[in-house]
Amino acid sequence: MSAANSPNTLVTFAEVSRFYGEVLGVNRVSLVIPPGVTSLVGPNGSGKSTLMNLMTGLIRPTQGEIRVCGVRPDHPEQLCRLVGYCAQFEAVPKGLTGFQFIYSYLLLHGFGSEECARRAREAIERVGMSAAAGRPVAAYSKGMRQRIKLAQAMAHSPGVLVLDEPLNGLDPMARAETIALFREWGDQGRHVILSSHILHEVDRISDRVILLSQGYVVAEGEIQGVRSEVKEQPMQILVRCDRPRDLAARLFSHDHLVEAKIQGDGHNLLVRTTDADRLYLLLNQVVLETGLEIETVAPADDDVNSVYQYLIGAEGGTT
Amino acid sequence: MSEQTTLWRRQIAAVFRLEWRKSLLSRRGWWIYLLAAGPVVICLLHALLTSRSAHPRHSLGNDVLGFATMFQLFYLRGAIFFGCMGIFASLFRGEMLEKTLHYYYLTPLRRESLVAGKYLAGLLAACALFVPSVAASLLLIGSHDRAYSDYLWHGPGLGQLGWYMLVTVLACIGYGAVFLACGLLFRNPMIPAAAVYVWENVNPFLPSLLQKISVISYLKGLCPVEVPLPPPLNVIVVEIDPTPVWIAVPGLLAVAALLVAYTAIAARHGEISYGE
Repeated sequence: MSAANSPNTLVTFAEVSRFYGEVLGVNRVSLVIPPGVTSLVGPNGSGKSTLMNLMTGLIRPTQGEIRVCGVRPDHPEQLCRLVGYCAQFEAVPKGLTGFQFIYSYLLLHGFGSEECARRAREAIERVGMSAAAGRPVAAYSKGMRQRIKLAQAMAHSPGVLVLDEPLNGLDPMARAETIALFREWGDQGRHVILSSHILHEVDRISDRVILLSQGYVVAEGEIQGVRSEVKEQPMQILVRCDRPRDLAARLFSHDHLVEAKIQGDGHNLLVRTTDADRLYLLLNQVVLETGLEIETVAPADDDVNSVYQYLIGAEGGTT
Repeated sequence: MSEQTTLWRRQIAAVFRLEWRKSLLSRRGWWIYLLAAGPVVICLLHALLTSRSAHPRHSLGNDVLGFATMFQLFYLRGAIFFGCMGIFASLFRGEMLEKTLHYYYLTPLRRESLVAGKYLAGLLAACALFVPSVAASLLLIGSHDRAYSDYLWHGPGLGQLGWYMLVTVLACIGYGAVFLACGLLFRNPMIPAAAVYVWENVNPFLPSLLQKISVISYLKGLCPVEVPLPPPLNVIVVEIDPTPVWIAVPGLLAVAALLVAYTAIAARHGEISYGE
């Protein structure tokens, strides 16, 4: 086992179930999440927030065991040094400025006053809120509140950052900056575990996804890997070339081809196939034999939205 | 002092720092200010009106007994009881209603330290409101009378003031611990608070053994001036010997400590559920 994947760097769920009375939160979830950016995707009530609340110790599993970098979530004194959580709850304690909000909760980590002030300033700067740091949080817009909550979750430099819908309320510029920040943290070998309903952004952010439906994990892994496992759904591949009609005619003689459609400016051929590997080999052969000029070949449905629709049968954008 | 103890001390201080202002300067707590300020204003008016009266019918004894009655009936059974309910029950419940308690639960803070910090902040707020109120009322109620001044400064008055202030602090400690627990353990702390209120007020009519299971019976025994009961209450009420000071004070403190400890254990096993 590599150092990066030793138990002390992983977030693990072993047969974890959580019921709210008779209502299912999540059921028999077993996951091993390595460092990097991981997205939880699923419709409302699928169990995303429950999983996040479980791994941050806000709620306890009815069954099963969770370890966050080797620490059980029922030991908050150890866990909360490792974990930062930007929860879905919008409220922030009343009467505090942005700086005071972050500073006051940093004091609870046991840092000295100067250290808290330094960390608070750095965290605020990281989310681009320096100019508003002295204003009461109550006067912040939704997006500013989201950013200050994000800064608060990151201020103690946690190794595991858990974010419930972190892009909610952010304008496009702030979204782009925040996504870059998550990528930076993921690339540093930290865990960034987030849920988002903007699926094309999940594609951009994530190293891996966990798809949830009705409290069950329906798929997990790198997005392309998850897609390739959905065997019953033909893969869509977009080929841009100079003679798409000729190419379509050649392809139709093969049984793995399900459909071919010319699209856009007449140079795009959207191909649906049950065997992508055979298609790629076939394209090479066609190029060699006919001199076809291919500009690009790209999978057209290995994004989270498509996988999500295939697996869960719902519109991804409505999570 | 060990590193761990230093950390806990720092963390409790940090909780206290966040909480005391919320407890003492809350806009929602305006009625608690009113409970604390009300008797002071009444005593001031009493002193002013009596001093202007051509034939004041008040004696020193009336004022001393008047204050003792006000202290036992209004302060202990009313203002301090409900004031502590307002302050302590909202320490946890208020944050659950505002959905901000998770910020504490997401810090590496022992839940015991959180409970201790919140309790101390609530105690400071309650004492800061009611101890000066009791002192000011006692000083003002007879200020129209020179004899009262002698009673205060050259007689037993100051000693009695000290006892009243001590009983006020003990009441805040005792009721504070009760309502801190109610605020964490019950979704609607008003229900257990009402039960405690009924219990505390029917207490004098209960057998002597049951009377001992209440905050008020210990506090009443510590009050420096006894309030005679009017008929027919003097027949119905079961009179018991006051608990000796050396048992009443440590006993109350011990019960409060047990309740706070129980609250801390409950907080340790608690989850964040805002009822969604």
